[in-house]
Amino acid sequence: MDTGNAPSAQSDGLDPSLFEQAEFDPNAGERSGYSNYSYWRSTFRMFLKRKSALFFLIILVAILAFTFIQPLLPGQKSPTTIYQDPATSMQYRNVEPGHEFWFGTNSIGQDLWARIWSGTRTSLLLGLTVGIAEMLIGITFGALWGYVRGLDRPMTEIYNVLDNIPTTILLMLLAYIMRPSFKTMVIAMCSVGWLGLARFVRNQIVIIRDREYNLASRCIGTPTRRIILKNLLPYLVSVIMLQTALSIPGTIGWEVFLTYIGLGLPVNIPSLGNLVNEGRLIMMSPDLRYQLIFPTTVLSVITISFYVLGNAFSDASDPRNHV
Amino acid sequence: MLRYSIKRLLQSLVTLFVVVSFVFLLMRLLPVEGYFGDRYQKMSEGEIEAGLQKMGLLDPWYVQLGHFYGKLIKGDLGTSYVYRKDVAITKIIRPRIPYSVSLGLAAVALSMVLGLTLGVQMARHKGKGWDKFGTVYIVLIQAVPLAVYLLFIQLYGSNLFKLPLLFDKHRFISWILPAVSMSLGGIGYYAMWMRRYMVDELNKDYIKLARAKGMSSKSIMVKHVLRNAYVPMAQYLPATILATIAGSIYIESLYSVPGMGGLLVDVIQRQDNSMVQALVLIFSSVGIIGLFLGDLLMALVDPRIKLVKSEGAR
Repeated sequence: MDTGNAPSAQSDGLDPSLFEQAEFDPNAGERSGYSNYSYWRSTFRMFLKRKSALFFLIILVAILAFTFIQPLLPGQKSPTTIYQDPATSMQYRNVEPGHEFWFGTNSIGQDLWARIWSGTRTSLLLGLTVGIAEMLIGITFGALWGYVRGLDRPMTEIYNVLDNIPTTILLMLLAYIMRPSFKTMVIAMCSVGWLGLARFVRNQIVIIRDREYNLASRCIGTPTRRIILKNLLPYLVSVIMLQTALSIPGTIGWEVFLTYIGLGLPVNIPSLGNLVNEGRLIMMSPDLRYQLIFPTTVLSVITISFYVLGNAFSDASDPRNHV
Repeated sequence: MLRYSIKRLLQSLVTLFVVVSFVFLLMRLLPVEGYFGDRYQKMSEGEIEAGLQKMGLLDPWYVQLGHFYGKLIKGDLGTSYVYRKDVAITKIIRPRIPYSVSLGLAAVALSMVLGLTLGVQMARHKGKGWDKFGTVYIVLIQAVPLAVYLLFIQLYGSNLFKLPLLFDKHRFISWILPAVSMSLGGIGYYAMWMRRYMVDELNKDYIKLARAKGMSSKSIMVKHVLRNAYVPMAQYLPATILATIAGSIYIESLYSVPGMGGLLVDVIQRQDNSMVQALVLIFSSVGIIGLFLGDLLMALVDPRIKLVKSEGAR
């Protein structure tokens, strides 16, 4: 019986070298677990896993790059010059897409190819300006609204009033009051667009404001600004990115809508809204429909890319989805 | 229920008052030429001053606001300056209300029926054909600006289905395209929400219990899942109404529907301030009324709201 243990282990076919005795290490218990988890790296890994997101990212980057490269390419035409036939000195009106004018010309003889890229530049600039401005305003108001208790009642009341007016109506009214210009569009769209983001930020902050780690921070006297920036905002990255990414196609769409009503950018500035509107006026003749189809295609590709990318990024940046 | 409704009604009236006053005061900033129309170019500074004085536009804002409410109580929204000169605005708007309302209601009904059906189909065939089709539809409808896809629907829809290009109140067939166009956004919204709701709900314990009892999936759907969907459905109704208002302005103008949305675009283009003011106030009020009705409906279908309120009152 006494000697039975060692031989029986061998008879089980186990290798005795597996049972080496470990050295006692007094420091081992002090070592903490190490993880090479990095928030942003995981976010990007999750993001790149989505094939559709990658596809639209490439398209969007290509379009963005091209709008800035295009004027530098050789042989490009000016987006605002009216071209004339040197032989007859007549304007090139409604020339079909071809060798000379790649996307054809419009009804007064301007090159549609150049106008589309110039218009895309304008519209993207508008979208980015409004998106970033809305993000800053929305975060500031949302964070104060959610964190500072004394502000909750008055800000909720203000929100309820503004939220009750249909966005379209408020936007039209603001654009009507101010003269049509780039600045008008930015101001009008920012004043209606920040509301949604502010509410999202506020709701999230109310939820996490009183968690223990924030109470602890407050107890040791961390300034409010630092609590908001360091403790609360990192939780909101996914919501904020989604709202901002969606506000860009939204802005481009509003621009088209306001242009239709006659409150858009001045007609001498090529923008996607102005191009779509010019195309709309002549859409009833099938031969000229290319003037509507080209700008709307570019516009749709851009808005769909932003939409898909925004959603994919928001999924990827949510730490609960990280493995 | 009654107590809750009255409370909610009073709250809505206060909001209505605040919103109307806010919008009215915002309107004091409207460009001045919108009060005179074509004459503006030929008028001297003094004449403009006198004209504004006569319309009471140089009074302090609280006096103007008081006058405005005084007239509003009598049902007077002012007169048009440019669109149809010196005609009472209520007289211009009244014949247009039925078109806007019936088109809007048709659109809301369509988007509910089609959207919920699509959502149910998507959830039942998760990951398969219907689901993929629905997802693509939702992405397209939400990502592509409404001002763009509606244009193509008018252009190709009228060709493809041999439908009239413009609205004609005497021909029912010409109502189809505008009503369907108006409902497209709502369909996507409802489908997206319904799918998510169904997928969550079907994994819950009470559904598993029902299945274990031996209920057929059809009666589980009808008796449990869809019944519980009433509440959130009512919750999304106001948002649908607001979205429909936004769409109606563009669509009525595209199809020349003689409704209020098309009129708003018209008077903005022709710069008639008093008309813009009246229509903007009407549309803002419709939004508030929509939210109020949505909340009432929710209290009606959700017994929990009554419970919470009566407990709080005790």
